[in-house]
Parts: sequence; C-alpha cells; structure tokens
Amino acid sequence: MDVDALKKEVTTSQLWRSVMRHDLEDNPRTRVLKVMSNLFMHLHPVRIPRFGLYLKHTWCMGGITFFLFLVLTVTGTLLMFYYHPVKEAAYADIKYLEFDVPFGMLLRNMHRWAAHAMVISVWLHMYRVFMTGSYKPPREFNWVVGVLLLTLTMLLSFTGYLLTDDQLGFWAVTVGTNMARATPLLGHEGPFGDKLGMTPYNDIRFAMLGGSQVAGNALLRAYIWHCIALPLIVAVFISIHFWRVRKDGGISAPQ
Amino acid sequence: MHQFWEIISKADNVPIVIMLVLVCFFTWLSFREALKYDRARAEGKTVKQAVYAEEAGFPERVAVWPHLVRQEFLVAIGVTIFLMLWSIALDAPLEELANPNVTPNPSKAPWYFLGLQELLVYFDPWIAGVMLPNVIVVGLMAIPYIDINPKGSGYYTLRERPLAISIFLFGFLFLWVLMVCIGTFARGPGWLWFWPWQHWDVHRVVAETNIDFSDKFFGVDSASPMGFWIGLAAVALWFPAVMFPPLLLPSFRRSEFFQRLGIVRYLVFASLLATMLATPVKMILRIFLHVKYIWVTEWFNV
Ligand code: HEM
Repeated sequence: MDVDALKKEVTTSQLWRSVMRHDLEDNPRTRVLKVMSNLFMHLHPVRIPRFGLYLKHTWCMGGITFFLFLVLTVTGTLLMFYYHPVKEAAYADIKYLEFDVPFGMLLRNMHRWAAHAMVISVWLHMYRVFMTGSYKPPREFNWVVGVLLLTLTMLLSFTGYLLTDDQLGFWAVTVGTNMARATPLLGHEGPFGDKLGMTPYNDIRFAMLGGSQVAGNALLRAYIWHCIALPLIVAVFISIHFWRVRKDGGISAPQ
Repeated sequence: MHQFWEIISKADNVPIVIMLVLVCFFTWLSFREALKYDRARAEGKTVKQAVYAEEAGFPERVAVWPHLVRQEFLVAIGVTIFLMLWSIALDAPLEELANPNVTPNPSKAPWYFLGLQELLVYFDPWIAGVMLPNVIVVGLMAIPYIDINPKGSGYYTLRERPLAISIFLFGFLFLWVLMVCIGTFARGPGWLWFWPWQHWDVHRVVAETNIDFSDKFFGVDSASPMGFWIGLAAVALWFPAVMFPPLLLPSFRRSEFFQRLGIVRYLVFASLLATMLATPVKMILRIFLHVKYIWVTEWFNV
C-alpha cells in the first residue's frame, strides 16, 4: 500500500480540509498558521520573547497554576457526579467515592493534591514575578489582577475544605469563619458591632454561613461558591490576566 | 522526634514540606542569577549584555510553534505524572463525621491560613483575622504603584533594587512562610509552643502572666482613663515614628529615592511599612516582655 498516496488522499479530502484549515508541512508559514487558526493555540502570540521559554526566568509557575486549574476543573466536575451538598449525604458520598466508585479514591486524591499544589504554585508565581521585577510598567495592572487571582485561589481551596463534612474540614472552616465575628462594625464581636445592632443572627458571619453555625446551609453555600461562583470568577480573571500578558508586550525582558 | 515525624507525615502537611523545598530552591536560584547579573554590571557590561551573557547571538523572538507549545505539553505531562504518583502514594485525609460537640485540640485552619492563625497569639481576631488579611491584599496590589524604581524590570538584580527586595523577602519568607511553618509544626494543644522533640501533651499548662503596655512601662492600670490615653498615644505615635524621621534629614529629602517618590507615595509606602513592622514588634513585646495589649479600650484592644 502506498502510504504517501493514502496520506495525500486523506489530507486533500473535503472532510479533512474542513477541519484543518492549512497543510502541515513544517515551514515558517504553517508554524504561524498553526497558532493563528486554532482557538486554543491562538491564546498565544505567534512569536514570543525568548525569555518566555526560560525556566529560570518564569519558573513555569504561571503555566503550572493554569494547568492545575484545568485539572481541578475536570476532576471537580467528575466529583460533582457523586456528591450531594446536603448534610445527610455529603460525608457518606465521600466514603462511597473512596470505597465503591471505580478509581474514586484516585479521583479524590488528584483533586485534593492539585488544589494544594495550586496554592503553592500561585505563591511561587507571585514570588518569581516579584524577583524578576515583572510588575513594573506596563505590567502594574496585571500584577493587581494577579493579586486578585491569588486571593480567589485561596478562597476556592478554603470553600472546598468544608465539603467533605468531616472533623478536619468542619473545624478548619469553623476556625476560619469565626474570624468574621470580629469584623469591625459588621461582626457581633467586632469593634462597634454591637453599636450597629449586630448579633450572631444577623452579622457578616451569619451571611457567610447562612446560619449561626457551620451547618447545612453553610455546606450548600460553600458548595455553590466552590463549584460555580468562584470558578467562574477565576476564569474571567485568568482571561483578563492572559490577555494583558499579551497586550503588555509578552513576558518581561530587559529593555 | 516521633511527634515531629507524625506532623510532617500527616497527608495534608506534605504540601508544606514540598513548598519549603521549592521556596528554598527558588530563593537560591534568584540570588544566584541576581549576583551573576550584578557582577557583570560591575565589570561594565550593559544591562542586555549582563542578562544575555551566556547566549549572545540567539534570536530575540522565537516561534511559539513549536518552541513554546512543546514546552507547555512537556510540563503538562510532567505535572500530570507527578500528581498521579502523589495521588497513588498518598490518600487524601478523611476524619470522622463533622461533630460540633467534639472540638479537636488544637483546631487548626487549613495550612495556608496558619500564618494568620499564628498571629492570633499576638493580636485580637479583628486585627489578625480581618484587618491584616485586607492590608496584605491591598498592600500587595499597591506594590507596582509604590515601587517606581525603573531599574530591575524583567531581570534578576539585588544591587539595583535592594530596598524592594529586602522588604518583600522579609514579608514573604518571615511573616508568611515562616509563620505558616510555626503554626503547623510548633503549635500543639492549646496553641502552645512545642519543640519538634516534645510530645503534644494535651494537659500541659503554661503559666503566663501577661500585662498591658501602660502597666509594664508606666505602672498605670491599662483599664483606667490614664491607661487609655497612654495606649492611644503609643499606637498613634508608632506610625509617625516610623514615617517621619527620614523626612527630617535634608539629605534624605534631596535623595533621588525621595525625589522620585514624592511625598504622597512616600507616606503611603511608609504607613504600609509601619503596619508591616508593627507585627514583629508586637511579637517581640509579647514574647520577651509579656506585653499583652498596647491599647485597651471599651470597644477593642490593640
Ligand atoms: C490563578 C492564578 C494565576 C494564573 C493561572 C497565572 C498565569 C500566568 C501565566 C501563564 C503567565 C505567563 C508567564 C509565566 O508563566 O510566568 C503569567 C504572567 C504574569 N502573572 Fe500571573 N497567574 C496567576 C496569578 C498571578 C499572581 C498571584 C500574580 C501576582 C501577584 C500574577 C502576576 C503576573 C504578572 C505581572 C505576569 C507578567 C509577567 C511577565 O511579563 O514576566 N499572576 N501569569
């Protein structure tokens, strides 16, 4: 069988060409087209400063953070198939995942470790952007977007902590949200909170938990923030972040 | 040591160990690169020569396909393998069903918030848990607008931005990473300090008599009106005490640093710095002089 002829037959067919908008010869023209004519590739510019390739310059931490976000989205979606955000079911669902669902334990582990890894990689990304002075003009605003992403990443991780509904998550979130009691003006134990009529039943902590205790409503709220609201917000800010990396002239380099 | 091993090998603490290794490595890398650059500059090379020293003659821009795309895919595969191995080797923790009536001792926040929880030893919750996190976020966002030194943009250097780097490293390494480690490894039942070789004894009691600032230094009851005014003065004077002394020096006012910054930026910078420095100062007062509150009021304590 003539492989080359077959290849030609396939790659010149109407079907193939309706999907691939250009040929695949390795020449400068197709290298450009490969980036320009693919939705995912065209998030990149066609050419980048050489510094963007240097691991000692980027530590690859922004990219790793983004990849971990993707891993978390995929594994998180799969976990959602098995999880009910109600007190009666949540803990049992986790047990079910661990013992009955095929590869359930692996799925849960991947989600958990990727989440921890993302918190670490986002800190390290900030660390490298600082050390290479990459927040200097024209990249000031992208640094601000980054700080928002850092905060959101930690909130994502924090809201996920409660969902297992075990002692670890429950007390970690109790300790964390108890801080909100002490919010000045808006918390019932905070400075001037009582002057504004704050009680455990109407203060900012109550609004966060949907109650005065970490209970069923808090579980549902954590779930909705964790699975819907925060990921959407993060996705929007990551888009702005990447857009700005390009608009600001690509990865920083000495001028 | 048994106790230490037990904490370190707790599944949820493994990430901290990984983070520590990475932070050390990248700190070393940044310093090595910065020193290399600074040395080349001292020998009279231009910025570009100093940064590009090793790869003269390379094209400045490269095609994304295949260079960057290949790298991205390799890293994605590497991270996936790493996560897989980690997930096979180590199971995510799951404790007993949540029970509001059984409080674990110590109760700890997730590890990445333990720096803040550790600060609860030194500050009341409205400061450690509410004000400081907000100041940290706002302060981080303000960095590009405060540090307007044009040098060191896009490459490593210590000599061209010593102040910015020292402040950031102090904040990141000592006030954040170190506090996370203390909160994780050194805090046991009752949030008492335990050395790695000490057993976490739930019944341990440490007799600690803390007194307030006005008591300690002026012998005035901190709850009395006089104590109130002394505390207020101490807190209110801290900021000008950090912010204004340099302004009194004509040489500082004429310095390139101050000229570039201008008075408004300088004051914003100095007040954020004063807030940041207040943290270690309060820690020292507490640890070595047993001072509990600086300023006691009817509504809040500082
Ligand atoms: C979800 C979190 C984040 C994601 C997914 C992300 C992703 C990225 C990526 C992929 C890049 C390209 C270069 C690189 O990999 O270093 C980048 C650059 C950048 N990031 Fe982030 N980032 C995040 C958070 C942050 C944070 C926390 C900061 C700072 C506080 C930040 C500030 C910047 C800046 C200033 C640049 C431009 C750097 C340069 O031109 O050299 N980002 N980010």
